Formats: sequence, structure tokens, C-alpha cells
Amino acid sequence: MKYEVVIGLEIHVQIKTRTKMFTAAPYVYGAPPNTLTDAVVLGLPGSLPVLNHTAIEQCTKLGLMLNCEIAKECKWDRKNYFYPDSPKNYQLTQNEEPLCAGGKLEIELPGPSRNIEGEHRWVALNRIHLEEDPGKLTHGPFETTIDFNRAGVPLAEIVTEPDLFSSTEAVAFLNCLRNAIVYAGISDCDMEKGQMRCDANVSLRVSGSEKLGTRSEMKNLNSISNVKAAIEYEVLRQTEILEQGGSIVQETRRWDVESAQSFSLRSKEDAHDYRYFPDPDLMPVQMDSSRVAELKAELPERPLDKQRRYQKDLGLPFTITSVICVNRDLSEFFENALKTYYAPKQIANYIANDLLRELSSVSDYGESAHCVRQSMLTPSHIAILAKIIDEGVISKQIGKEVFVEMFQTGLMPDLIVERKGLSQSDDISEIESLCRQAISGNVKAVSQYKEGNEKALNALKGPVMKATKGKANPKILDQILKKLIDAQ
Amino acid sequence: MPNLYFKTIAELAVMLDAGETSSVAITQAVIDRARAVDGQVKAFLSFDVKDALKQAKASDQRRSEGKSLGLLDGIPVGIKDTLAVKDYPLCCASKILENYVSPFDATCILKLRKAGAVIWGRLNMDEFAMGSSTENSAYQTTSNPWDLEAIPGGSSGGSAAALAAGEAIATLGTDTGGSIRQPAALCGVVGMKPTYGLISRYGLVAFASSLDQVGPFARTVEDAAILMEAMLGKDPLDSTSIAPKGETGYASVLKNKKGPWKLGVPQEFFGEGIHPEIKSNIEKAVEWYKAQGCEIVNILLPHSELAVPVYYIIATAEASSNLARFDGVRYGLRSDDSKDALSVFTKSRGEGFGDEVKRRIILGTYVLSSGYYDAYYLRAQKVRRLILGDFEKAFDRVDAILTPTSPTPAFKRGERSEDPLSMYLSDIYTISVNLAGIPAISIPSGFTKSGLPIGLQIIGKAFGEADMFAVAHAFEQGHSYTRQTPNL
Repeated sequence: MKYEVVIGLEIHVQIKTRTKMFTAAPYVYGAPPNTLTDAVVLGLPGSLPVLNHTAIEQCTKLGLMLNCEIAKECKWDRKNYFYPDSPKNYQLTQNEEPLCAGGKLEIELPGPSRNIEGEHRWVALNRIHLEEDPGKLTHGPFETTIDFNRAGVPLAEIVTEPDLFSSTEAVAFLNCLRNAIVYAGISDCDMEKGQMRCDANVSLRVSGSEKLGTRSEMKNLNSISNVKAAIEYEVLRQTEILEQGGSIVQETRRWDVESAQSFSLRSKEDAHDYRYFPDPDLMPVQMDSSRVAELKAELPERPLDKQRRYQKDLGLPFTITSVICVNRDLSEFFENALKTYYAPKQIANYIANDLLRELSSVSDYGESAHCVRQSMLTPSHIAILAKIIDEGVISKQIGKEVFVEMFQTGLMPDLIVERKGLSQSDDISEIESLCRQAISGNVKAVSQYKEGNEKALNALKGPVMKATKGKANPKILDQILKKLIDAQ
Repeated sequence: MPNLYFKTIAELAVMLDAGETSSVAITQAVIDRARAVDGQVKAFLSFDVKDALKQAKASDQRRSEGKSLGLLDGIPVGIKDTLAVKDYPLCCASKILENYVSPFDATCILKLRKAGAVIWGRLNMDEFAMGSSTENSAYQTTSNPWDLEAIPGGSSGGSAAALAAGEAIATLGTDTGGSIRQPAALCGVVGMKPTYGLISRYGLVAFASSLDQVGPFARTVEDAAILMEAMLGKDPLDSTSIAPKGETGYASVLKNKKGPWKLGVPQEFFGEGIHPEIKSNIEKAVEWYKAQGCEIVNILLPHSELAVPVYYIIATAEASSNLARFDGVRYGLRSDDSKDALSVFTKSRGEGFGDEVKRRIILGTYVLSSGYYDAYYLRAQKVRRLILGDFEKAFDRVDAILTPTSPTPAFKRGERSEDPLSMYLSDIYTISVNLAGIPAISIPSGFTKSGLPIGLQIIGKAFGEADMFAVAHAFEQGHSYTRQTPNL
């Protein structure tokens, strides 16, 4: 029998706010344990939560970015369960009415090769709601410690419909989701820092069947490669059970990175009764529809929309747009450069190739695209470089050298050219005498050219360029060589 | 001339202004009185004489510099053990918070400090404010100063008894279902529960968040009004607090408003279960108002018979969640027997909570359970709205409502402690007021033949405190019950 895998994802994203969701305690990643707490975070007797409106705005932006319906009222429920990382032993969340309902995200599947664009499709979302992050438990061999720094950080939980049909699609979804969220400035989505966490619901059904099979929920997937591995493991495990005539038990499973296996945590029968009820400490907040409209108008262009526009309107190839469009800083850098000098292809090439190469050479983490803001290079550097090449001031060859120089020093390209005397030589007599030397020194190339081999000319250009340190104007050089050979 | 410790805030303010006494003298009188009688009354769980005198000295210093903060400056106010006072124990008369010290002041305490009041001691109560006799304290049983064999009422029994015995000039309590008004009635003092939201709940250890309110105990209506004026107001730390509407200069307004008023008398509050002496006492009070020219209107509160069951669903549901934070993990009692996370929870809570608290947590957990939520919690919320509707309809026709505060006078210790249901009925006349979120005051209206105090409850409209105080003040002026003191 042939099976089809059906996947639904639940993604928790830490929303970037200065302070926590229900108190003025700040949050920054990596602070010493239990230093970012206060009476509310620790659930001290008599403390009460007070809403951080920025968290609601950010989650509203997220919902709008993902085409959700925004609720008219923002309400809070208590989810009751005992766990040592939960300071109040209930979590403030939105059970009955999520802030964002429905929604969909366009995803791009991998193409047949890296240079070829893959298929696009829309993945349906169920909801996005806000909740507070619990603390963090660290299990040692003899004791478990609790850090409440993370407790109370605003979390958006994004729930998809069971609308993903392979681990590849799940990975593509997560990548596109992350791009969209980072684009909108809602979160940095750094999975290593726990800013984005994923659970996957995986089930199998006989191919062609409409009915969903029994699912298992994979917890603790803290990297995209773990999501992929856990889903693939689960597909094999479930297939094996079904093929042996068994049936899948609805359960929660924990992915273990070390052994690359999942283990059962609890079955449906052991599921918690969370005893949800409306939180009596927080009043429902009316959503201001004009503010929602304002937030919608402020949304950035979605990454895949931008990619389409660059391809269609600017004629950029996928190999370039796929690099520039995934990163908002890069694409803004690109668009700002165009304002100084409109040469989309040249500038895009500089960004996608030279700029990223230079950035990654100075970055410790290989996350080169993130440091474009820190770089001394501005959009006008690249725009002016493209301009002086187009104007024939320097050759493309010299341009590469100028690029490295300006990246390292922050000096404008025209200044570098002037200081180093890099502008192209138009001194015809000098070029002509060098050309004569080249022609007499390589009789073979000359005869090949005469037989119709245009490329043979390059062997003659080389020594001239070398002698002028690349400054010979290639057009003039070409003309002189041809003229001299023809005159022979 | 009565002793300083039996004087009112208003009287002492005049004496202080005239230089006839000092805050240190008043505070010392209260301290000496407490030392003399608290061995019998047992109203205080603890008090800090040094700190009280330090505050009193500071008050006298201010006054000598002409910087008096007003009527409350220098007045010792006793505090129920459920209100957070910085660096004072905060135990809610429970073993689970034994040795817990609050790192912050409740908002109402901060406001009293700003008015110059001397924050005085920790007053006994039913554990977590659950009870009507103060017998549920984990530490001691408080006596009624009028009959040391009798209970003082509850849950704010310590606050009522301390005031009646002259161990404070005024006290603070909290009222979730009658916990201020019932003990005030039983101890022969004034006790008032404000409109829900008028006083911040920040720093009040939550029992049932949607019902809990802080309120004053005082010797006179005027004193209660003075305390209310100092404490009310919207608090950024409590989302359920509300800016006052209508008149708030209660202490001056109550003297100017002379009626006659339209006063409602609900027939449902004089039926089965009421003590005959209380019935005739309240009927006499009604007659008095009539004789003053007030129009007496028979009103119906048909859903009030459902108030007790509705209360025990909503209050216990909220309590089961509010009290989940007392788990032995971050603060408070941790069982010596615990060896893992689960046993820290179960053993600490098992050892730390008393029977009544456990009973209510179990009840509340049950009514929120999946499958029962709709039948209990949701339905109770619907009936709660009907109860509020009854009051709204009545207040279309009347300015205030007159009822008994308690169906019986103070009963003997141990009389009802084995029968929770009969104990729950102690609050039959007070509970519906909390469910409706409206204000009510209990004032002394006479004594039984055996010399036990009786209380008259005057219920006002939402934010109708000014009228309610005026109606109460008029009765007080026409009688001499308020200034009676017990023989101790």
C-alpha cells in the first residue's frame, strides 16, 4: 500500500518587545539566570499582570503579514497545569478567541537545482494566538535548575492546517515563515536562541484518501534540520507499523537529537485537562480597527512578492533574486543603491556576489546577510562603482579590486580610483607600442586570429593588461590590436 | 472621655491638629491596648511595635513642620494578613506562606502611606479568606470582643475584632462574599465593600479575582469614607481597577446629603433562616427611615436565592487557579518529604493548605473540568448576570437597598466548623453584592438580648458610594449603636 504523509506544524515565535508580555521586566537573550524577573514574572502573592500593548501590535502585524483575520477583541484565558517552569502554574494564553484567525503563507519549494526556481504554493493556517513563555528547565545528572528569565516573554503560536505533505514542504514552510517574520521585524527567529520553536503533527493516510490518519505530535524540534529528521523518522516508524497491520496510537513524542530517534512522552489518555477559563485579571482589549489598518499599510512587501517583482520588472535572474530577496536589509540596500544610480543588474550582481563574499569573510557565524547594516559600505558606494564602470572610468576588472578596497576602508570608489591612479589609460601611443610588442611576441596567436579565431586575441591582450596593471581601456585595446594585425 | 484607642479618625485628626495629642501617643495607646487584650482576642498574627512607632514619629515630625498629609496622618491602621506590606510577613493565615515576607506594598497600602497612616500589624483571617468565622486560620482562633466564646465572623475576623477591641483606630479587610461586612456586623463596627474596581487589587493575595475587593473597617461611617477617599482610584498595576465615577468627596458629601431617600427592601432577605431578633431589628431600622420621611419600596431580587451556589462555583473556580502558584517551588513552604517535582507540588500543598482551602480547590477544579465547564462555570456566569440585572432593575426605583448583613448574630466557636454548608449560609445576604460588583456597607443597628451586635446592610448602586455613605450616616446620627464598646 502507498501512504501519503500529512503534516501540521505549531510554531512558537518569541515576539521582539523591550519588556515582557504582562510586566515591565525586560528581556534579553543570554542574561545570567533569574536576573530578569520581578513580582509578576515569579508569580509572587498579590502580583497582577498588566498587558504590554506592543506585543499585541506585533502579533497583529504577524497576522496581517500571514493574511489572517484580526479579532475585534483581544481576550485572555488561563491554561491550568502544574509544571515547575510555570511560575503561576497556569499560562495566560488565548484559547477561545485567538488574535488572528485563518491565514495563509506562500511557500517556495526547492527547484531541481539551486539555480532553478521551484514551485510555489499556498499553505493554509488555522490561527495565531498570543501566550506567555514559561521559564527554562535545565536537567543535570543530580538536579534540575529553573531559569525564569524567559518566563513571561510574549510568544506567538502559529498553527497551520494539516496542509503540508512532505518533510521538504515543512522545511520550505519554516524557511518562508522565518523570512516573512524577520522581514516584518517581529522576531529574529533564531532557533538556537529559542526564538522560534516547532512542534510537528505527523500522520499517514492511504494515498488518495481524504480522511486524516491518527497523528503523533513531535515535540522539541529546535532546528529546521531536526524538523526534517523527526518527520522523516516518524514517517518510517508509522509506515512500518501500518505495513505490519498495526495501528498508530495518538501520542506526544519527544525528538532526541543525540540518538536521532523519537520517544513516546504521553498518550492521548494521559493528556492534560487544562481547565481553560477566561482570565479575571485582564480585561478584554478592543482592537482599534483604524490602527489595524495603519499596521496593514506599514507592512513590508512580502519576500516572494518582491522576488516576483525583481524578476518581472527589473529582469533579474532567480539566482540573484533568491539571494537578495530573502533578506530585507539586502533588498533595501539594493533599492537604495538604485536611487543613486539605476543599474539593477550590475548592482544586484555586486550585492549577490561581491558584497556577500566580503561580508562572510568578516563574519564569525556565516550569517553574512545580517551584518550588512554594520558594514562600512553604503548603497551609494556600490551605485557609484557601477556608474564609473559604465562611464568607462575603470574596467570591470579594476572594479573588483576597488570593491574590496572600499569594503575595507569605507572610502568612496571614485576617491580610491583617484588616489591609486586606477583610472583607465587612454594613452593610445603607449597602448600601441605595447600591442606591437605583444604581436611580435606571439606569432601563433596572430595567425590563429587571422584564421578566424576571435578568442585568440585574448592571448595578445593579456600581456598588455599586465603591463598597464589592468588600466588599459579594453575597448581601445581591442581596436588597436585589430587595426595592427589587419595592417600586417 | 474615652481612651484614645476608642476614638475615631475624625476626632483624633482634630486633636492632632490642635496639638492635644501626637501620633506617637495614639500609636502607643493602641500598642498598649493590644498588649493588654490581644491575649484574649487574638486578632493579631504579629505586630512590629518599633516600626509602628517609627512611622508615628515621622508623622509627628511632618506635623511639626506644618507638612501634615491630612486626616489620616498619624492614624494607626491595622492590616489583614492578605494585603502585602513591604518587608512584613504575608501569610494569608496559611502554613503554606509561613515565613514569607512581601518585597512590595499593595497599592492600597502605598496610598495609605501617602496619606500618612501608620501601617499597623498583621491581622488574623480565615486561611486565604475562605471562611466566615476566622476559625480556618492555620495559626489561631480570634474571639469576638463582645463574647470571647463567640467567633468574630470572617474572613476578616481579625480586622473586625481588633477594631472593636480598641487595638487599632481603623483596619483594612478584604471582601469576596461578605468577608468585611459580616464580621463588621458581628463585632459591632462599620465595614464597607466598595464597587468592584474602585480600589486596586494589586498586592491583595487573590482568592477570587472577579469578586475580591479591599475595604475599610471603621468606628463610624465618616471614618470609613475618609479611608475610602485615600485608597480609591485607577491603578496602572491592576487592569480591573476603574477610575471613580460620580462624587468621591465622601466624607464631606455624607454630611450634606440629608435625603429623604427611596429605599428598597427585598422580601427575599427576610425569609427562612433569619434569626428573629435580627429580623425585628432590621424591620425597626426600616421603620426609622420611614419615620424620617424616606419612601420604603418593596423590591424583588428573585435570583438572589441562587447567589450562594453561583458564588461557590465562580469563587472556587478562580481560587483553584489563583492558589496554584503556592507550590513550594519559588517561595513558601516546601515539604521536607519532597524528592522530585511532583512530590514538591503534592506534599507541599498537602501539608501547607488547610481543609477548607483544599475543599474549595477541589470544588473549583471540578467545576472547570472538561465536560463540566458548561454545566457549572458557564451557567454560573449567566446566573451572575441575572443577579446583576435584578439589582439594576431595583436601582431604577430606589437609591439604596436595606437588608440584614448576617442572618444570625455571632455564633459560638466550633458550632458550625464541622458543617461547611451552614457556614456558607452565613454570607447569604452579602454574596449577591459581590456577584453584582456593587458597593455595600454594614453599620451597627443594635444588639440582641444577649448583647451581641447586629448589623444593617445598605447596598448602593455601582459607584454610588456617596449616596450609600449618606444613607448610612443618617442612621448612625439617629442612633447611638456605633460608639458602644465591649467590656474587656
